[in-house]
Amino acid sequence: MADLESDVGSGSAPGLDGTEVGFVLPPLSLQVTRAQLVRYAGASGDFNPIHWNDRTATAVGLPGVIAHGMLTMALATRIVTSWVGDPARVREVSVRFTRPVVVPDDEVGALVEVSAVVGAVVDGVARVDITARYEGQTVLGKARAFVVL
Amino acid sequence: MDQAFVGRSLDFPEPYEVGIEKIRQFADAIGDDNSLYHDRVAAQFAGHPSVVAPPTFAIQVIARAQDAVMFDPSLGLDFSRVVHLDQRFVYQRPIFAGDVLSCVVTVESIKVLAGNDVITVRTDVSSADGSTVVSCWGTLVSRG
Repeated sequence: MADLESDVGSGSAPGLDGTEVGFVLPPLSLQVTRAQLVRYAGASGDFNPIHWNDRTATAVGLPGVIAHGMLTMALATRIVTSWVGDPARVREVSVRFTRPVVVPDDEVGALVEVSAVVGAVVDGVARVDITARYEGQTVLGKARAFVVL
Repeated sequence: MDQAFVGRSLDFPEPYEVGIEKIRQFADAIGDDNSLYHDRVAAQFAGHPSVVAPPTFAIQVIARAQDAVMFDPSLGLDFSRVVHLDQRFVYQRPIFAGDVLSCVVTVESIKVLAGNDVITVRTDVSSADGSTVVSCWGTLVSRG
């Protein structure tokens, strides 16, 4: 019954409470397309045209339309929620936005690769250090989440 | 920007009501099919009152209240040149569908770094019973 209790409904990875420093989370490869930017704009209410209009993006000195920073943060956070199963385990998440993700106007879009490792475990709470890369370069700095194991 | 704004707080009068369809739409937009974002029964089976919001959903909850402070013309932030520098959410509990959430926005700091205006704003989100749900810190830079 104890097993049922700990896994109830959340789809948690088994043995989460035995997580040790250095544990590498299953990586995520995420394709960000223009269509997703439009969806995110609508869902979030952030209609800044630099996220959907090339003319506006280039006029402010960007190489082209870029993903919402908050979308990149949301995608980076998915590596943690996918691992723990129940997003209620996430107590804190923070990022610095260091480089924009430029999303080309094609079917492929931008490939964002997310990796993460457990950097610390204190009192049943893990600090997860997250890396998000686009075209080989990191797009977030000091990206981390604290999750209850 | 006007340094006199540091320490000022705005208790935003209109609460944000968290809709279950809004959470589903947001989860779809970030491409996440986690059942706890979509399926009320699954969420309740996991011990939650209703579907859970993704951790970054809080940005949507605080947007109107935060904009009321950031867009205040007397603050003097040039919004046409603004870039999001960092963001942090510290949860006491997750946001659930059905929550009625209130926001208090406080300007924590205004600095000039390398000729750019940098403002950090804290928004505390509380539920209808007054308990804190999530505290949010966001820093914006206006490229000078």
